[in-house]
Amino acid sequence: MSLSAKDKEIVKAFWAKVSGRADNIGGDAVARMLTVYPQTKTYFSHWKDLSPSSAPVRKHGGMVAATITDAVNKIDDLAGSLLTLSELHAFTLRVDPANFKVLSHNLLVVLSTTFPNDFTPEVHVAIDKFLTAVALALSEKYR
Amino acid sequence: MVEWSENERSIISNIFSNLDYNDVGPKALVRCLVVYPWTQRYFSSFGNLYNAEAISTNPKVAAHGIKVLHGLDRALKNLDNIKATYAELSVLHSEKLHVDPDNFKLLSDCLTIVIAGKLGSAFTPEVQATFQKFLAVVVSALGKQYH
Repeated sequence: MSLSAKDKEIVKAFWAKVSGRADNIGGDAVARMLTVYPQTKTYFSHWKDLSPSSAPVRKHGGMVAATITDAVNKIDDLAGSLLTLSELHAFTLRVDPANFKVLSHNLLVVLSTTFPNDFTPEVHVAIDKFLTAVALALSEKYR
Repeated sequence: MVEWSENERSIISNIFSNLDYNDVGPKALVRCLVVYPWTQRYFSSFGNLYNAEAISTNPKVAAHGIKVLHGLDRALKNLDNIKATYAELSVLHSEKLHVDPDNFKLLSDCLTIVIAGKLGSAFTPEVQATFQKFLAVVVSALGKQYH
C-alpha cells in the first residue's frame, strides 16, 4: 500500500489548500482525540488543562500540523525526514504506535469538517495512505 | 449493558432526524469502496466498480448504501437493546453473506467522515464521541453471532 506518484500528487495538491489553516486543524485533531479516545489522555498527564481550547492542546496540535506539512514536502523520504521524531517517540515518549492510527482518524475527521467539498473519497484514500506511511516512519525505531 | 445518558440519546436522535438518507447512505458506501478497495469483494454482482468515478455513479451502490443506513434505524429505536436487535442481522452477515466483521468498522469510519462533512463545526468532539460510541455498539452487535 505504498504511495503511488498519483497519491503524492493528490496529497500535495490538497495539503496546499490546508496550509494556511494547518495549525487549527492540528489543534482540532488533538482535541478530538483526547475527547473521543480518553485513553490517549494518559500520555499528557503533565498538562494541567486537557480541554479542547487549552494552550498546550492547541500548541501540540500546531506542532503535529507543522510536522505533517514538512512530511508532505519530503514525501519521497519519510523515513529519513522523520528519523529524529521516530527516535523521540520510540525511546523517550514511548507512545504505543496504535495511537498513531487514532490521531490519523481524527485528522481525517477534521479535514472532512473543514473541507467538505474538497475531501472527496479520492483525496481521502490518498491522505489516509499518506498518514499511514507517516505513522510507519514514526514507528521505524521502536524495535 | 450499554448505558446512554439523556444527552447522548438526544445527540444521536438529532443526527438521525436531520439526516438525508438518500445522500449520506450512498456517500458512505462509495467512500468505503474507494478508500478500502478490498471491501469490493462483497459486491461482485454490482457491475462497474473499476474506479472512484464508476463507484460513485453506480446505482446499485447507491441503493445499497441507503439500505445499509436505514439498517441503523433499528439501533436508534432500540438503544437499550442493540445486541438483541441485531442478532438476526449478525447471523445473516456471518452465515449467508460471509462478511469479515472487521469491515463493519471500516464502513462505520467512512460514515463518521461523511457525517462530519455534512455537519461541519456542529460535529463537535462531544458529538463525534457519542456518534462513534453508537456505531461501536452496533458494530459489536453485528459481530456477536459469528462463530
